[in-house]
Amino acid sequence: MLHNIEMTVNGELVKAKVPSHMRLLDFLREELDLIGAKEGCGKGECGACTVLVEGKAVNSCLMLAVEASGKEVLTVEGLSEGDSLDPIQQSIIDNSALQCGYCTPGMVMSAKGLLLRNPSPTRDEVVEAISGNLCRCTGYARVVDAIMQVAASSKSQDEGSEG
Amino acid sequence: MAREDYIGVGVIRNDAVEKVTGAARYAADLKFSGMLYAKLLRSEHAHARIRRIDTTKAQNVPGVKAVVTGKDFPNRMGLYLKDRTPYAIDKVRYYGEPVAGIAAESLEIAEEALKFIEVEYEELPPVLDLREAIKPGAPLVHPDLHTYEIGPAFFPIPHTNISNHFRIRKGDVEKGFAEADLIFEDEYYVPHIQHSPIEPHAAIALYDRQGKLTIWACSQSPFAMRNILANSLNWPMNRVRVIAPYVGGGFGGKAGLNVEATLVPLALKCRNSPIKLVCTREEEFRDTFVRQGMLCRLKTGVKANGRIIAQEFEMYWDGGAFTEYGVNVTRAAGYSSSGVYDIPNMKTDSYCVYTNKPVGGPLRGFGHSENHWAMEQQIDQIAHKMGIDPVEFRRINLQRDGSRNATGQVLSNPGIGQCLERTAELIGWEEVSGPGVIEPGVKKVRAKGIACMTKAPAMPNDAASSAVVKLNDDGTVSLSIGAQELGQGAFTVLAQILAHELGVRYEDIKIQPIDTDYSAYEWQTVASRITYSCGRAVKAAAKDARRQVLAHGARYFGVPVEDIEIAESRVFVKSKPDRSVPIGTFSLGVTLPDFSGYGGPVIGRGTFIPEGITAMNEETGQSEKPVANWTYGTQAVEIELDVETGKIRVLKVAAVYDAGRVINPVTAATQVEGGVVQGISIGLLEEMKFNEEGKLLNPSYVDYKILTAADMPDELLISFVEVPQEDGPYGARGIGEHVMVPTPPAIANALYNAAGIRMKTLPMTSEKVYWALKERLSASVR
Repeated sequence: MLHNIEMTVNGELVKAKVPSHMRLLDFLREELDLIGAKEGCGKGECGACTVLVEGKAVNSCLMLAVEASGKEVLTVEGLSEGDSLDPIQQSIIDNSALQCGYCTPGMVMSAKGLLLRNPSPTRDEVVEAISGNLCRCTGYARVVDAIMQVAASSKSQDEGSEG
Repeated sequence: MAREDYIGVGVIRNDAVEKVTGAARYAADLKFSGMLYAKLLRSEHAHARIRRIDTTKAQNVPGVKAVVTGKDFPNRMGLYLKDRTPYAIDKVRYYGEPVAGIAAESLEIAEEALKFIEVEYEELPPVLDLREAIKPGAPLVHPDLHTYEIGPAFFPIPHTNISNHFRIRKGDVEKGFAEADLIFEDEYYVPHIQHSPIEPHAAIALYDRQGKLTIWACSQSPFAMRNILANSLNWPMNRVRVIAPYVGGGFGGKAGLNVEATLVPLALKCRNSPIKLVCTREEEFRDTFVRQGMLCRLKTGVKANGRIIAQEFEMYWDGGAFTEYGVNVTRAAGYSSSGVYDIPNMKTDSYCVYTNKPVGGPLRGFGHSENHWAMEQQIDQIAHKMGIDPVEFRRINLQRDGSRNATGQVLSNPGIGQCLERTAELIGWEEVSGPGVIEPGVKKVRAKGIACMTKAPAMPNDAASSAVVKLNDDGTVSLSIGAQELGQGAFTVLAQILAHELGVRYEDIKIQPIDTDYSAYEWQTVASRITYSCGRAVKAAAKDARRQVLAHGARYFGVPVEDIEIAESRVFVKSKPDRSVPIGTFSLGVTLPDFSGYGGPVIGRGTFIPEGITAMNEETGQSEKPVANWTYGTQAVEIELDVETGKIRVLKVAAVYDAGRVINPVTAATQVEGGVVQGISIGLLEEMKFNEEGKLLNPSYVDYKILTAADMPDELLISFVEVPQEDGPYGARGIGEHVMVPTPPAIANALYNAAGIRMKTLPMTSEKVYWALKERLSASVR
């Protein structure tokens, strides 16, 4: 059965007709050609497909496209504009917190979801936020460092503006 | 103007922006018009005869374009031993082996049509236990082994399950044991594990109207893949083309030829239609290469003064259903069987054994994580028994300048001594004597452990590298290589070498994605050999391009060539540096003041092959130079053991490796970090579990855990020793695999120092440690 869906993806309104069983991940990758979200397991175990739905990090392999209808979806492609990167992306680069890159978009989106709801997380909170994003290359420490740096710099900016 | 020094500098990775923005394309991200989707029907028995297979009904499902079975492609293939076909023929040899393949208009149709394939099996007794597999009269996994084509360095035993028997015979081992004051003998075991890259295998195959087969694949080995495919098809090699975009983690699992082979018979049937196959995570766990299990018996004789005098090492490798690649793991583990020690009398037997289990293949460490699991624990056991501190005992026995390793090769200034000392210093080693004792009421106990390692690239003697440097019209540079970027930072380091040698800006270099039709040849991106081998080729190509630019510059400026220099992508006269032009001025040759042209486009070429490597003697494994080089390293850990739960937490790790010369300290460090964490993961968590029918029970991340961000060590102290590699670029040698090898035995040694328990079987799960603790406590009460 086909359903009419309508959602905002990276700020643009998208309308489509999709079958009931189509996953949000497939909708993004196959219908919209947004290949940043990756399929690593298809079971919500690895986090490579993480995107934000209404600002919350979700495994897009566990959500149906119809469930995202009427909602706001942000993928890794929506974080950067031209050469200007999201501070999390820049920090991942500056900290050499990536290797093969396959888990990176999911990792970045989990971090984004965390910082949206909690701009000054503790190290433990950062670890918890990305503990559902498996990475076989980096050993995680640099990823945590990278996210902590973004949090610290936004904190110091806030303090600056208050003063 | 000075040439910028790019060697030893932590430049930012050149693949970083693509990867953080989600723009980097991997094989599964590729899509073509008219593309079909493949699904495989897999065996549900570990060992069975295929009595009947009927694909008619599946064929008739609307949307199905082709169905293939074993008989559609009966040619055997393999890297070192041709024992494998893409689909089972007549019998299946492991639970999961492809039996049939379907190409359809959609994934859903392909999946649905699988249900309509009828297969009738006659079950055969499965060979699942290594000890049973090597007994005379055991059922044979490959009764025709003696007829298979095999590389010259491998020695199968016909009419057995043993596909390779590697031997070391050095000195007089019997005499050695007779002279020993103490003899130690232990058995150790490592289970099957999975590489578990986050990117599952993906490939697309197209057989076009030119008669050419093109494969897009996540591959560490595009050229080896082309070679194996052309060979098995019996086609000229220029009819096979492999295109390999970024690889989302390899660790050996994407070396050689793997699931891509299953697409070939489908592509041949569906001419002009690209067919895509993406492995599910379950398939990734079970049906791509896995790391072989290994059971070994290690016997060591020691003199009263602490010198090891004799060693006997028997390794049995659970090679699985096909050992086309695995035979070389067993060989490599055999010739490195002295580890980092100077042992005068040795006898090693390393057996590759067929079983009805998933296909064993290369995994980061290539046999060394397995043999060091045994060696580096027994060293500690001996030290404890003799009342010598484990670091001191290692000092007494380490290889030194002039020592001979297992192959009899005379070693020149091995860096292991420096690695050991620096590691001990970094971790704050304190003398250890005797087993750890847990006092009553203590809930958490801390201790340190240490382990050493060495490894050489395991590769054929013609494993070559090449590079082509092309100067573009505007002075930017394109580098063509066949080495792959798996995440290890190869593209970054190779661009650094090129920038350094040619005198161009690092940012101005782009590396072309690998396409076997257009890229310079590379054997495979394996064996930690790329910085060393391809690095030499890139250096040579850069020098060649530089020579051309300098000649053009001399002609242009009308000065001797010695007076020309290149730096920061500009060419200038050394004696008058204000006379300078952008390097792009000479990309297409020289335009002289009278507007006449001269020269031609600048193209530099470079090649490398390690020289002087000779075959090991079949009977003794002895050779003056059996391998290209040896990399040494040491790791120490500090653990905290939860006495009530048996859970081990690694708090601190010190890791020191002899990299010869570090080209990029950041990417080198990130290799170590990732390797250590993979080592901890393998040490504490990872094991493929099979039931008595040979079915894999845990092909998911829920049931097969790998380390997460929550399990990281608190502190990682990394350092590099730099004893130059004579033929490495700037003295560099590889470290990529080495960094995970000593982690598990270092943890095991720390566990003994903490609680007096010795784990000889991996992984050291909380449950196993808990029971071992219970046993030890009740024994001490008795």
